[in-house]
Amino acid sequence: MAEDGDVIVADGLLKRFGEVTAVDHLAFAVHRAEIFGLVGPDGAGKTTTLRMLAGVLTPDGGSAVVDGCDVRQQAEAVKGRISYMPQRFGLYEDLSVDENIRFYADLFKLSRAEREAHAARLLAASGMGEFRQRLAGQLSGGMKQKLGLICALIHTPSVLLLDEPTTGVDPVSRRDFWRILYSLLSEHVTVLLSTSYLDEAERCHRLALLHKGRLLACDTPAELKRRLHGEVVVITSSAPRAVRDTLANADGVSSRVLVGDGVHLVVDVASRRIPELEQRLRNADVTFVDVARSEPTVEDFFVSAVQPDAEARP
Amino acid sequence: MEDAGPSVAVENLVKRFGDFTAVDHVSFAAARGEIMGFLGPNGAGKSTIIRMLCGLLRPTEGRAFVAGLDVAQEAETVRQRIGYMSQKFSLYNDLSVVENLRFFGGMYGVKGAELRQQSEWAVELAGLRGHEGGITGELSSAWKQRLALGCAVLHHPPILFLDEPTSGVDPISRRQFWELIHQMAASGVTVFVSTHYMDEAEYCHRLALIHRGRLVALGTPTELKRHALRGGLLLVECAPLGEALEVLAQAPGVLEVAVFGNALHVVVHEVAPAIDALPRLLIARGLGCTRIEAIMPSLEDIFVQQIGAQAARAEAVS
Amino acid sequence: MTWYRTVAVGRKEFIQIWRDPRSLMIALFMPIMQMALIGYGVSLDIKHIPVCAFDRESSQESQALLKRFQASEYFNVLRVVDTYRAVAEGVDAGACKLAIVIPSDFSERLRDSSGTTVQAIVDGTDDNSANVAIGYAQAVVSGYSNDVQLDWMRRQGLGQQATVPLRVESRVWFNEDLQSKAFIIPGVVALVMALIGALLSSLTIAREWERGTMEQLISTPVTASEIMVGKLLPYFLIGLVDAALCVTIAVFWFAVPFRGTLGTLLFTTTLFLAVVLGVGYIISVLTRSQLGASQIALIVTLLPTTLLGGFSFPIDQMPAAVRMITYIVYGRYYVSILKAIFLKGAGLSALAPSVLALALYAALIAVLATRAFRKTLD
Repeated sequence: MAEDGDVIVADGLLKRFGEVTAVDHLAFAVHRAEIFGLVGPDGAGKTTTLRMLAGVLTPDGGSAVVDGCDVRQQAEAVKGRISYMPQRFGLYEDLSVDENIRFYADLFKLSRAEREAHAARLLAASGMGEFRQRLAGQLSGGMKQKLGLICALIHTPSVLLLDEPTTGVDPVSRRDFWRILYSLLSEHVTVLLSTSYLDEAERCHRLALLHKGRLLACDTPAELKRRLHGEVVVITSSAPRAVRDTLANADGVSSRVLVGDGVHLVVDVASRRIPELEQRLRNADVTFVDVARSEPTVEDFFVSAVQPDAEARP
Repeated sequence: MEDAGPSVAVENLVKRFGDFTAVDHVSFAAARGEIMGFLGPNGAGKSTIIRMLCGLLRPTEGRAFVAGLDVAQEAETVRQRIGYMSQKFSLYNDLSVVENLRFFGGMYGVKGAELRQQSEWAVELAGLRGHEGGITGELSSAWKQRLALGCAVLHHPPILFLDEPTSGVDPISRRQFWELIHQMAASGVTVFVSTHYMDEAEYCHRLALIHRGRLVALGTPTELKRHALRGGLLLVECAPLGEALEVLAQAPGVLEVAVFGNALHVVVHEVAPAIDALPRLLIARGLGCTRIEAIMPSLEDIFVQQIGAQAARAEAVS
Repeated sequence: MTWYRTVAVGRKEFIQIWRDPRSLMIALFMPIMQMALIGYGVSLDIKHIPVCAFDRESSQESQALLKRFQASEYFNVLRVVDTYRAVAEGVDAGACKLAIVIPSDFSERLRDSSGTTVQAIVDGTDDNSANVAIGYAQAVVSGYSNDVQLDWMRRQGLGQQATVPLRVESRVWFNEDLQSKAFIIPGVVALVMALIGALLSSLTIAREWERGTMEQLISTPVTASEIMVGKLLPYFLIGLVDAALCVTIAVFWFAVPFRGTLGTLLFTTTLFLAVVLGVGYIISVLTRSQLGASQIALIVTLLPTTLLGGFSFPIDQMPAAVRMITYIVYGRYYVSILKAIFLKGAGLSALAPSVLALALYAALIAVLATRAFRKTLD
C-alpha cells in the first residue's frame, strides 16, 4: 500500500508492555501533505504508536520510517524533522505564552525575525494575540491546546504528530484548531493525529481504525462508510424503546441502537424497508415522528467491523 | 414523598468563586425517568452544576431542588437520594470487583443481607458474573465503567449523575452501556450525564448545551439539529478545496464555509436555491463540483452557532 | 552540543526558578539562616560549666579554692550543697556537670604539707566535654597548689628564686583564640553548598517528568548534555551567589579571618558546585518523582558532608575504617580546602591534593550524569 513519496511508513510495528501487546504488527502509510487519523478507543494503541514514530519509545519489532529516517537507527534525526505534541502537552505552566513559544523556537535555532513572523501569524489564527504575556497555566483548556500547537509549529516541521489534540476542548477552539491544520497542507506539512472521537475522524483525509493494537481498516472516511453493508435509517420518536421492541424481528434489519430520541437502524436497502417499518409501527400503535435515511458514520463502520470479535470477556 | 412534579428543578442557579462566575443563571427541569445531558467543553461549568445538585457545593444564588429537597438546606439528605458515577476517579484499582461494591454500598449505608443482595444485583447489571474476585485495576475501561455504574446504584437512588461515563470506550461497549442506562431510566431513575463528547450526547433524551457557565440551548437532539441552526447545512465535494472555499465564502446566501475532511461544509440561508446556484458558480470559475447535498448539522455545528449568537446578543446589549 | 539549545534550556529554567517562590526562599534565605543558626548555636567551646561545690570544711583556704573556680570563665559555681546526696541529685538532674568536694581536713593537711586531695565528680555522659572539664579543673587546682607551695617556700625563707620548675609556653597557630567558630564556620559554607545541590538540582528533572513536559522535550533534537548543562547553569550561578553571601557573613559578621585569595576560593567553589549539582542531577534523573528525589538527595549529600566531612568532628580523630570512608565523601575535600583558605591563606599549590580529588570527582559525575539520562520513555 505504501507509495513513493509517503512521508511515514510503518511496517509490522510491535510493542509489548509485559504481557500486553499494545501495538500488534501495525502497518500503514501516510502520504505527504495529508491529515491522517489514528482512530480507536482507549487502549487501541494510538499513543504507543505515536510515541514510537516520535522516537521516544523503542519498538519491540517491525520498523517505521519518518521523512526518510528510520525511527530506531536514526531517532535523533527523526526528532529534527518532526514536531510531537503529546496528550499531556509540553507547556510550561509557569512561563508565559511568549516565553513558551520562544523556548521551542530557540531549540530549533529560529532567528528572532523568523520567530516573530511565525508567532504573529499563528497567534492571530488562534485568536490568542492579546494573551502573549499570560502565564500558560492560566489559559483555558482550548487555548492551551492551541498554544501547544503553536509551539509545535513554530519551526514549520515537515511532519506533525498530535496525540488526541482536541479532547475536552470547546467547539470554537476546536474549529480554530482544525482551521490551522488545514492551512498547513498548503505548506506541505503532513499531519498524523490520533483521536478516540469517531466524529472528529471524519475530518481527516484518511483513517487507520485501530482496535486492541491491530489495524481494522485504512481508507478515506467516505470509502469506509461505503464499505458498510447496508444503509442507515433513523426513526425519531418519543418512545424509542417501544419502537425498538416492535421492530425486533423486522426483515432486513441488521442492527438496532437506542439513542436519546429514537432508534438508529442498519437495514439492507433503505428505500425498500422504510415503508415496511412505518407500517409495522402504525400497526403496533407506536408513536413516531419520522423514519428517514441517514448518512452512515464511521462509528457504524467501526461497529460492524468489530462485531465479529466483540468483547465478550472483561 | 414523591410528587408528580419534576424530579430535578433548577432556578437561576449561580455559582461564583471570587471574581469568577462558574455558573451563570442556569434554569431547567428534568422529569422522572428522563436522561438529561449537559454538553460542553471542560471548564464550561458542568461539573460545578452537578456538584451543586449533589449537595457538595452551595449555590451563590438561585435554587435547586433534587427529589423535592432543597440542596442548600438539606444537602445531607440529598446525598442519600443520589448516585454519582465518575469512572476515572471512584474505583479502587487494588480492590476486587466485589470489594469495591461492598465499599460503596457501605458508604451509602447499605449493609448486611441487603448489601449482599444488592451486590449480586449490581454484578448482574454490570455483566461481571464469574469475575467478582478479579482485581479492578486489571479490567478494561469498558468494564470499569460498568462496575462504577454498579457501585453508584447499589442503594437504588432515584437520581443518577454520570460524569463523562463513556469517554474513550469503544463504540460497542458504549452502546451496551447506554442500553443499561435506558433500562434504568425506563424504571423511573432520572439520569444526568455530563460530557464534552458530542456523540455521547445523542443518547440523551434532552440536552442542555453549556458554555462558560451559561445555558446556551435546551432541547432534544433532533429539535436542536433541526431547528436551532439558522439556515441549512450543505456538504459540497469539490476541487481544489482551497480555491473553492474562497469562492463560496463570497457567494450570496452563504453564511459560513469550512473545510471538513475532503469536502466543504457550507451554511446557507436557504437550502433549495443554494443547491441550485452553488455548483453553477463553482463551474463558472473553472472548479469541479462532484457532489452537493443537504445534511443534518451535527451538535457541534449547533453549539458553535449558538455560542456565536449568544456572544452577539451580549455585545448588542452592552 | 550546541550553545543555542543549552542557553534556551538555561533561560527557561531560570525563569521557572524566578517564578517559584519556594526555590527562591531556599536559595536566598537558607544560607543566611544556616549561618546564623550554626554560627550562634553551635559552640564546641566549653565555658561556664555549671559546678556544685560541697565544702566540708568551710575554711578560709577552701573558700579561696572555690573562689578560683568562680573567677575562672570556664566555671560557674551554681550551687553550694552540704550532703553527698545533694551532689548526686545535682549531677543526676543535670544541674551541674562538675562537683567539687573539699575534704573536712583540707586546710590542716595543706598546712602540715602532707598533701591533700580534692574530689572532682564529673558528669561523663558527654565524654568530650567531661574530659575538658576535668582538664580545666586540674588546671585551676594546680594553679592553687602552686601558689600554696610558693607561699610556703617564701615563708620558709627560700627566697624570690622559687619558681615553678617547668612550664609549657604554647602558641596556637592559625586559630589563636582557639575559637571553635573559626573551625566550624568555613564548614558551614560547605554545608550550605551541599544543601543547595541536594534540594534544588535534585528536583529539576523529576519535576519535568511529573508535570508531563519531559515527553515533548525528549522528542526535540536537544541532547542529553545540553539539557544537563542548561538546567544546571542557573543553579550554579545561585550557588556562587550563596557562597559569596556565606563568606561575607563569615568574615564581616562572625569575624572569622580570611587569609586566602578570592580567586582560589572561586576556583575551588566552582569545582565543588560542579560535583554537588551533578550528584543532585543524577538523583533527579534516576528518581522520577520530586518527593523521592529530594529525600534521597538529603540523605546522600547532606548527611555525609555533615557527619563525615570533617565539619563537626575532626577526621583524624575517627577510627581508621571510618576515615577510609571519608575519602569518598566529596564534602571533606571542600571543607578542608575552605578551612585552609580561610585560616591558613593557602594557595592552589598547597591545596593540590584536595583540588585534584574534587576535579576527579567532578569529571566522574559529569560522565555519569550524561550517561544516566536517556531520551526515551522506556
